[in-house]
Amino acid sequence: MSWFESQKLGEMAPGTKVIIYSLLWFWAFVVVFPLYWVVITSFKLPVHVSDGPDFLPFIDYQPSLHAWKYIFIDLGSDTFRPYLNSVIIASISTVFAMIFGSMAAYALARLHFQPRLISIVLFLIALGLAAYAAISFGVDWRLALALGIAVFFFLVRALQRVPSPRLGNGDILFWVISQRILPPIVAALPIYIMFQQLHILDTHFAIILTYITVNLPIVVWLMYDFFVSIPRDIEESAGLDGASKIRIFFEMALPLAKPGLAATSLLVLILSWNEYLLALFLSTAKAQTIPLLVAAQNATRGPQWWYMSVLIIIMIVPVVLLTILLQRLISKGLLLGAVKG
Amino acid sequence: MASEKLDNWLDRHSARLFLLPTVLLILSFSLFPLVISAWLSLSRFKLVAGGYDISYIGWLNYKKLFTGSQQFHFLGTFAPISLVGWLIIALTAAILFWGIYTFLISRNITVIGVIGRLIAFPVLGWLGWLVASTTGEGGRLGSLSTTLYYVFAGVTLQFLMGTLLAWLCAQNIRGRAFFRLVFFVPLMVTPVGIAYMFRMLADMSVGPFSPIWKLFGLGEFSWAADPWSARMVVIIGDSWQWIPFIFIVMLAAFESQSRDEIEAAELDGASGWQIFKDITWPSVVPVAATVVLIRIIEAFKIVDLPNVLTNGGPGIATESLTLHSFIEWRALNLGGSSSVAYLLLVVSTIICVSYFQLVVLPMRRARE
Repeated sequence: MSWFESQKLGEMAPGTKVIIYSLLWFWAFVVVFPLYWVVITSFKLPVHVSDGPDFLPFIDYQPSLHAWKYIFIDLGSDTFRPYLNSVIIASISTVFAMIFGSMAAYALARLHFQPRLISIVLFLIALGLAAYAAISFGVDWRLALALGIAVFFFLVRALQRVPSPRLGNGDILFWVISQRILPPIVAALPIYIMFQQLHILDTHFAIILTYITVNLPIVVWLMYDFFVSIPRDIEESAGLDGASKIRIFFEMALPLAKPGLAATSLLVLILSWNEYLLALFLSTAKAQTIPLLVAAQNATRGPQWWYMSVLIIIMIVPVVLLTILLQRLISKGLLLGAVKG
Repeated sequence: MASEKLDNWLDRHSARLFLLPTVLLILSFSLFPLVISAWLSLSRFKLVAGGYDISYIGWLNYKKLFTGSQQFHFLGTFAPISLVGWLIIALTAAILFWGIYTFLISRNITVIGVIGRLIAFPVLGWLGWLVASTTGEGGRLGSLSTTLYYVFAGVTLQFLMGTLLAWLCAQNIRGRAFFRLVFFVPLMVTPVGIAYMFRMLADMSVGPFSPIWKLFGLGEFSWAADPWSARMVVIIGDSWQWIPFIFIVMLAAFESQSRDEIEAAELDGASGWQIFKDITWPSVVPVAATVVLIRIIEAFKIVDLPNVLTNGGPGIATESLTLHSFIEWRALNLGGSSSVAYLLLVVSTIICVSYFQLVVLPMRRARE
């Protein structure tokens, strides 16, 4: 009898078992240890940090609440304002990204689109002309946009009879998802300039709008897979009974896709909660979010690990709690689409 | 009556109405900026009294990056190709030849396919050559090669670890729910926080591992001053965050395959390795290909980790393209910043599309 031969069918050999469990526990250590270190550092005095590694509170050193006091009481509103900003921005942008994204995903999964290629080309031409007029000739951008749209509708009517290839749902879906490849830095600069012109830089509204757009492709992608996997029969019979498509969507399709909604919105929430680059561009003081506050701790006095640790902890805790609460839904729902390939 | 008319109208146009917000948002915050960015990258931005002035200067910003004063920053400093460099070139050549070969025998040769490959393959070959010729002794990586290292070294490491962990977790073990939850946690930590966390952990004199470093006589060594060790710390931090993502998706893939087949193979006396190679792996390969694609797309955007962990240093050794572009923006060089950002877009699009065409699609077809 060898160490690596199983005694019973469907049971692991003792040697294999030891290897598997030790690898799993090793990785659990790799994951937990950095977090443990952050937690104990938040209770250390500066002297404990600079004196070299102290591993165990109460044994190696006497824990102190000074960093927590500093962040919560001395800094007070300087901590809470970015925190509140993050809560507002992440939650509102998640809600709207979910609403718009699942509407689009549902439409792409259930209804038929056949936009004419020529209309899209015309639309882009009209938009380009409007932008050109606004930039080169100093035409007011609102006027230019209105004229551009008017020209577009006129041309579409005029060229109604011209034959043109049509796109399908798949093309639109691909177009939306492919937006995810776009690195945020490419869009960040023009968005910055655009918001500056509109005087909404450093407001919640500006950041929320941007986050909704950035996260839409993920929502559309994941929710599309959910809607496709829901059987059509119920919706079809409701449609025959005369229910409108909008009612079918809100009253039947959305409730059926609940696990997908929960998992996707958690993912989007985490992404917006942790987002750094766009917030760096779009906010300076009023709308500053919590990742910026954490990043800004690298002060001239040198990194102050104890304060940073407190900030990192208060940033992680809400998302971790939320994930534990939604865990069942996630394991059922998350990335069902990716699993289907 | 009016409301009934409205209802009818809404119902007739519901498809378009459902899609409208998404399309409008993407047009105005994704496509429109893309156009403006292209135009900015062809112009010079200057602050003048009472405002700013933007003037068209053609390809000058790009020229600067490829052959001019910013070449060292974007492409890097060239050096004779070392052994590692030749290995990278051999690998690139092998991938390209394989791509050409499979395309020629596919009997599915279209005009678009030919044009796409005529654009993508030379670029891929050039990128391989670039990484190889800046890696050698005396050479320095520019932000482009550094980003490619982050993407390829990082994603490879993350995929191998994530898949291994998922496979271990999919075995008949106790405490699976516990491991699943614990392994998932790093995904939720903000990258900025991870950067500081790893700075604390990697501190050679007062960090938790400093006794070990001292044991090896490395107490005085500063990883942040050496380009390769600094890059490695960035990749480790990035992997700590993203291995959970691969893990959770691959775990779902392993769990969704049927047990019957495996049990039948076990009855026939197949070894664990044989079962994995012949039954498990083929059934999860399409998922693996997709999850790697998602990771490649996201990996190109890396910025927070190098920015906070090393500030791009030593010198420019850990600067990713996004960070490079951001630094130019901070210096108010808007044209230079957009041209770097645009080149990032071009490179990441070509690599992602090539990967999709060469790996994801054939695997999906093979399964069907």
